[in-house]
Amino acid sequence: MAETATPGVVEVKEPSFPFGKKEKQLITDPLMDNNPVTIQVLGICSALAVTTQVFPSFVISIAVVFVCAFSSLITSLLRNNIPTQVRMIVQLVIIATLVTVVELVLKAFSFEVYKQLSVFIGLIITNCIVMGRLEAFAMANRPWKSFLDGIGNGLGYGLILLIVAFFRELFGKGTLFVGSPAEIFIIGANNATTSYWINTAAESGFGSYFSWYANNNLMVLPAAAMFIIGIFIWWQRSRNPKLVDIS
Amino acid sequence: MHSTNQVLMFVFVMTTIVAVGLTGLREATKPMADANEAIFNKKGVLAAVKSQIGEDPKNWDNVQVETEFAKVKGYVFDYKGNPIQDMVAIDLEKNRDKNNKLDVEERAFPVWVYEKGGEKFYVVTVYGKGLWDKIWGTVALKSDLNTIVGVSFDHKGETPGLGAEIKDSPAFKSQFEGRKIYNAAGEYKSIIVRKGGAKDKTHEVDSISGATITGDGVTDMFVEGLANYKPVLEAAKKM
Repeated sequence: MAETATPGVVEVKEPSFPFGKKEKQLITDPLMDNNPVTIQVLGICSALAVTTQVFPSFVISIAVVFVCAFSSLITSLLRNNIPTQVRMIVQLVIIATLVTVVELVLKAFSFEVYKQLSVFIGLIITNCIVMGRLEAFAMANRPWKSFLDGIGNGLGYGLILLIVAFFRELFGKGTLFVGSPAEIFIIGANNATTSYWINTAAESGFGSYFSWYANNNLMVLPAAAMFIIGIFIWWQRSRNPKLVDIS
Repeated sequence: MHSTNQVLMFVFVMTTIVAVGLTGLREATKPMADANEAIFNKKGVLAAVKSQIGEDPKNWDNVQVETEFAKVKGYVFDYKGNPIQDMVAIDLEKNRDKNNKLDVEERAFPVWVYEKGGEKFYVVTVYGKGLWDKIWGTVALKSDLNTIVGVSFDHKGETPGLGAEIKDSPAFKSQFEGRKIYNAAGEYKSIIVRKGGAKDKTHEVDSISGATITGDGVTDMFVEGLANYKPVLEAAKKM
């Protein structure tokens, strides 16, 4: 996600483009105090579905940041010309176009990732964060601000995805980052192969300290994401009581 | 408010731009996507015999895949085991949906033969339906045409982390190694994906939790797919 944030950072050095306090807030607010998932309660459904593993969640997050940012930008540029009667359909066409671009680019340049994400790329179209931000922000704000708002909300969504996916993959499968170049198999279940860290350590005379371990199958199911998001919301609101009354 | 004509004009111009733009991008990226898919299909065939290659081709680059695949001989047969000369086995994988929709009598059956240390291994394809969409795979058999040496699966739209584990989980796939599709009496048993753990270690494997329907799809894929392959494999053995 660091790469996707750099265009914004580069702009800081350009004096012609304003990047004041307000613009910074557009990026930082959605990360915590106005998080699209936990505060605005948008995009919950996909947060439940895609978060079984960290790496697909990571790629989806990048794709959502891209789609969110550019659909906001385009919508904002067209906002005075879009006929109000058909504005939802126009927004949907913009989103669907960008998602198709993501799909085609992945298919040509990163086929393995494309295969791994399978249906989830298409599901970005139905992600209510994207359309929610177009309706709530981009239709009423200037292009640059809308672009930043898109990036911010994409990152806020991605943050939640990564946190949820981290816990679900670790406790559900005993692995982390599977599918990425940095995949780690940490603790294997009973019939696991020796490519798991702990199992390998046990074989080389380390002692079987982790024989009690069993994969938590609940973590694999979407319900677990609901619990983790719930705990996150609890933590977030006890940390900042101002948030309690908002929703 | 915009007038109806303005609305129509806007929609017309917008859809035209989007359609032309996306078509252009698709055409521009198509050769790369096709090349990627061809490599991917070859990897699928090689992955079934990975225990014989001694390495998982998953992370190989294109050159490695092509070099290893050049050692594999591909044949195409009809359902009775008569060779079809004018078809290339790996090209069938590109049209696997079309091919598998045909009746058994008209379908083409690809077989790849991988030779290692004087022993021959026969790789065949299976095709079926998962929870959301199509699933397919390759199965490598020993020269007794009964013992499985390895499998490789793929899917169009199974859920990552659940149904997609048939492709991603090494533990699931490694269970198939050594399983037999015929019992000692020569009866066809195929492979069953059993929920709650395999009881019969010759013909059953454990299912993946959270992926019951995909698992049943794999069972059907094996039962139906391998049943048709018997005469084809006998013919391939004689080649």
